[in-house]
Amino acid sequence: MHFFSFAFSKLGGDNLVRIENLEKSFQGRVILRQINLEVQAGEIMVIMGPSGCGKSTILRHLNGLLLSDGGQIYIDGRKINNLAEEEWDTLRRDIGMVFQNAALFDSLTIGENVAFPLKYHSKLSPAEQMAIVQEKLNLVGLAGKENLLPAQLSGGMQKRVSLARAIAFNPRIILYDEPTSGLDPVMSHIIDQLILKMRNQLGVTSLVVTHDMTSAFRLADKIAVLQQGEVLQIGTPEQIKNSAIPFVQQFIHGEIEEEG
Amino acid sequence: MKYLETIGKIVLLLMQTINILYRRGVLDWKMLINQMVEVGVNSLPITLLIALFTGIVIGLQTALQFARFGALSMLGGVVALTFARELAPVLTGVVVAGRVGSSFTAEIGSMKVTEQIDALRALAVHPLAYLVLPRLLSCLFMLPILVLFANIIGVMGGYWMSHIYTGIDFRTYVDSIALLLTPGDIWGGLYKAFFFGLIIALIGCYKGLNVQGGASGVGRATTQSVVVSIILIFLANCIFSALLFQS
Repeated sequence: MHFFSFAFSKLGGDNLVRIENLEKSFQGRVILRQINLEVQAGEIMVIMGPSGCGKSTILRHLNGLLLSDGGQIYIDGRKINNLAEEEWDTLRRDIGMVFQNAALFDSLTIGENVAFPLKYHSKLSPAEQMAIVQEKLNLVGLAGKENLLPAQLSGGMQKRVSLARAIAFNPRIILYDEPTSGLDPVMSHIIDQLILKMRNQLGVTSLVVTHDMTSAFRLADKIAVLQQGEVLQIGTPEQIKNSAIPFVQQFIHGEIEEEG
Repeated sequence: MKYLETIGKIVLLLMQTINILYRRGVLDWKMLINQMVEVGVNSLPITLLIALFTGIVIGLQTALQFARFGALSMLGGVVALTFARELAPVLTGVVVAGRVGSSFTAEIGSMKVTEQIDALRALAVHPLAYLVLPRLLSCLFMLPILVLFANIIGVMGGYWMSHIYTGIDFRTYVDSIALLLTPGDIWGGLYKAFFFGLIIALIGCYKGLNVQGGASGVGRATTQSVVVSIILIFLANCIFSALLFQS
């Protein structure tokens, strides 16, 4: 059930997310140059590139954490640049985000973290909220952890809670910012499986920022490779693996130094 | 120029926070009560302790001097006036700035560097509504209440020590309070406390929301928050005293 699907002007459509000529600078330093991306409904788009190339910056434009300097962003055909904060808040209920370091509220329990968006944006009773919390925690394999504090969980478990919180409202889009960074290969695999599960079971459209090659090729329907704020290539994992662009080949084989 | 910009941003923070209260009605009552307990109830012991110790030394020194001039019958009034107008609001302001303002900055700053503020926005909860508004309101309400308690304990401390040293009786002490102290003196101190609460909450939250860098940034901002709040409290106290108390 989509509580706030009215945020979108129409259902379905070819490209759920469309970014045209997106530009962003911080204090005179250009981070994004003329970024163009299209993501279809139900697709997993992986954005990869060296650290500092602007991957996370793109994600943060999609839920209004950052505002663009130029270009247009469309979600389901609706232009979302320059929305007022109230309009963003309506839209954000349909766009979940999993942060790099989970960003759980450390003074709240796991259950309260997952229930947080429900508490503020729904009229559900505490019992109904708890039922959703249990359902979502069960989905990410953390049933029964409601009463623990974030500090009592491992990094991987915290990211799974972050995902449970992000899907509390059944969003149509989930933004994953480095979901597997700092995790061991087993936990990375678990997270990847969850991302696939979100798409396969819930039909969620996903944008995943990562520089974890294994994860990228495991997840992606399409991969966009970024370098210094520009999209070098967009293609299927197979096309990226066979890319003729030297930087792309060097990057996927770990033969270049990160830009920092 | 940089200072003017900062002042502008702090005023903007205040206006945006008030605007949120007015437009959205999103005040989290549970959070407000938690903050009131933190700012008020949990600050009460140290506030009373400092008021008591200060009352003791003010009572002692004033009593010794007044005894030389045979003016002990005025002692209670002078101590009460000093507390109501100046000492209680300033001491309470400094205590709360150190105890609560610092924790506002540290907590909000830590949330900023761990992306929890971004997470709030991503979950469509305005950080000003969730973090700043309850802290601001609790400071505005609780500072005057703390000052009232500080007044009572400070004046009692003053009596206790002056009684031991000069033998002044309670009736004389209280009579002089009734003679010299007016409701305007008490209200003046409470106005000051209200404004000091505004300073502490705004500076504490502003510094937290604008933390740059990691843990060291949080530490730096926390120190700045306390220092700036205390300086502003003393500055505002001078201005308020000159405006409010002209007799």
